[in-house]
Amino acid sequence: MSTPTTVQHQTSRHRPPDERRLPWYHLLFTGLAGLLVAVVGLSLVDALSVASAIIVGFLLHLLLGWAYSLLREGPRWAKDRLMALLVIGAFAVAMFPLFSLLWEVVSRGMTRAIAARPDPFDFWTSSMSGIIGGADAGGVFHATVGTLLITLWASIISIPIGLFTAIFLVEYADHGWRKTLGTGVTFLVDVMTGIPSIVAGLFGLALFIAVMPDDSVRMGIMGAVALSLLMIPTVVRNSEEMLRLVPMDLREASYALGVPKWLTIVKVVLRTAVAGLTTGITLAIARVIGETAPLLLTVGMVTSVNWNMFDGRMATLPTFINQQYRAGSANCMSETVTDPISQEVYACTITTNIDRAWAAAFTLILIVMVLNILARLISHCFSPKLSR
Amino acid sequence: MSTADLETESPTSPATSMASSERRLGDSIFSWLSIGSGLLIFLTLAAVAVFLTTESLPAIVASREFSGTADFSLVQYALPLVFGTALASAIALVIAIPISIGIALFISHYAPRRMAATLGYLIDLLAAVPSVVYGLWGGIWLVPKLEPLYVFLNTYLGWIPLFAGEPTAPMRNLASASVVLAVMVLPIITAITREVFLQTPRLQEEAALALGATRWETIRTVVLPFGRGGVVAASMLGLGRALGETMAVLMILAPGATFSLHILEVGRHNSIAANIASKSAEASGVEMSLLIFTGLVLFVLTFLINAVARWIVARSGPKS
Repeated sequence: MSTPTTVQHQTSRHRPPDERRLPWYHLLFTGLAGLLVAVVGLSLVDALSVASAIIVGFLLHLLLGWAYSLLREGPRWAKDRLMALLVIGAFAVAMFPLFSLLWEVVSRGMTRAIAARPDPFDFWTSSMSGIIGGADAGGVFHATVGTLLITLWASIISIPIGLFTAIFLVEYADHGWRKTLGTGVTFLVDVMTGIPSIVAGLFGLALFIAVMPDDSVRMGIMGAVALSLLMIPTVVRNSEEMLRLVPMDLREASYALGVPKWLTIVKVVLRTAVAGLTTGITLAIARVIGETAPLLLTVGMVTSVNWNMFDGRMATLPTFINQQYRAGSANCMSETVTDPISQEVYACTITTNIDRAWAAAFTLILIVMVLNILARLISHCFSPKLSR
Repeated sequence: MSTADLETESPTSPATSMASSERRLGDSIFSWLSIGSGLLIFLTLAAVAVFLTTESLPAIVASREFSGTADFSLVQYALPLVFGTALASAIALVIAIPISIGIALFISHYAPRRMAATLGYLIDLLAAVPSVVYGLWGGIWLVPKLEPLYVFLNTYLGWIPLFAGEPTAPMRNLASASVVLAVMVLPIITAITREVFLQTPRLQEEAALALGATRWETIRTVVLPFGRGGVVAASMLGLGRALGETMAVLMILAPGATFSLHILEVGRHNSIAANIASKSAEASGVEMSLLIFTGLVLFVLTFLINAVARWIVARSGPKS
């Protein structure tokens, strides 16, 4: 037994040394060989494209890498190689839709949202009122207003309930019947997380048509109620996690000074966890702001701005995307469309509805991503430095 | 001096008695607000069940099963929808589960430790994308891209019932909807599976490696058996999500109402959620309560699946 072998054992204990193991760059060779064979093979059958080359190349690499490793390293290591390749492949497969989707939304949405016209941001400042046929005009101002208002109201409903429920779970559900209630609430919150969004929408609808005489009643507050059903469990879970991170010592120190429990919670617990709470709530908002199905059922669709949550239908970004997508290609008889009322002349584009859908999707993704990044920044910059 | 005062404050003097009653008031308000919120969660879920049931009663009462004479049947209406929902979710899970396990393993055991958090965040981003954007992307971009694959499957593997039939472009079929559903449930399954894999006892893993096992052998003999419960639970949560997902199905699938197994054929299937979303705008009266009835079915289904999944997670999760 030589000393170097022992040292090697100690330094790399996660990689048991094996004399026959080949260095990682052999994987590169087999990978390149697989890609090369794929490119040659595909160009022979005249189906060569970047996507097909990568897919076929990867599959060939699975085979080649495995066979090569089988010859040089033996069956066990060959299987190890094969599995490592499969696992990396799985990750790549998941990344593909993410980047493809983001790319499509940004590249297609941006051209319409920020267009080279007199007012470059008119998509964000105009509504759809008075836009007819294939007119290359109109925007999402009304939908953005609706989305923000409904999300604001959903937050007003959900944040207090969610926060107090989290406080109950962490601070009050410690013994006796409260503990039993706490276990039940935790379970129900978990189950609530899984409520389908369409069921939340149906609940909002059923609640209001049970109370109101009119079956066709649709208004913003119904959407807010439906959304808060989806938002409460997220707020509870995120806040609960953050409140549990607050060290017991802080609470005990506060009690020792004679501070009552509720003041301890407000001034010590919530104060310590404020960054985490803000992050959790921001993420909860980001989650519900893109919900479509409940709003489809409860707030309907209009073409102009509606600021009133308690009267009449409202447009929102997600339902606007859906509506424009369903409208499909526009009908263009001539180069231009003239508004019969205002006599304004617009260019006619067949793809105008789809373009608007992409641009609205871009707007929505922008809002969601800004919220997500905001949440990350808050938690990164203000999170309490605790040792766990 | 009562015992309650002794409990809440240590410096006892007459001067603080005013403050102490204020404190007790603040305390009881706060504690009742908290307990009230907890109870409200119970009430909300009960309200969901109650309102869905009462609003779907007209349809149940008017149906053939109940009245014996009516010309519409609850079962005939709901069963194809349940079938379509279940089939789409099942295919989505078949696609998503292996990939999710792969991703979870990649993040927990293959990727460098320093990158793990970032990679996990990238997967979480998939969950942040609104479902309507998935629908748009799936309907416009993905469907044409999948066409050659479907033609291939139909031509060469057409003897398998799933791929039989006559697919016609545009491929707004169940398979396309399932692919998008799979992408949408990936982050959910991955998140939980990853957590469970990370909790594998370090010593057991190191013991396996010390015995000369390869990384894959370690995973197969230590990590996967340990995480089996977590994987099952995560898959069920993913199933719950896939069953209730509306927009991807609504925007991609051309609806139909059959029990066809041919997932490549267009206009054969529909899901409960997409059916509700597409019909609710015009529905009223009995038709509306019929929709609410299907929603109730969906609610009960997902509730049960989620409850079982949570129970498994709680049983196999960390004992903290």
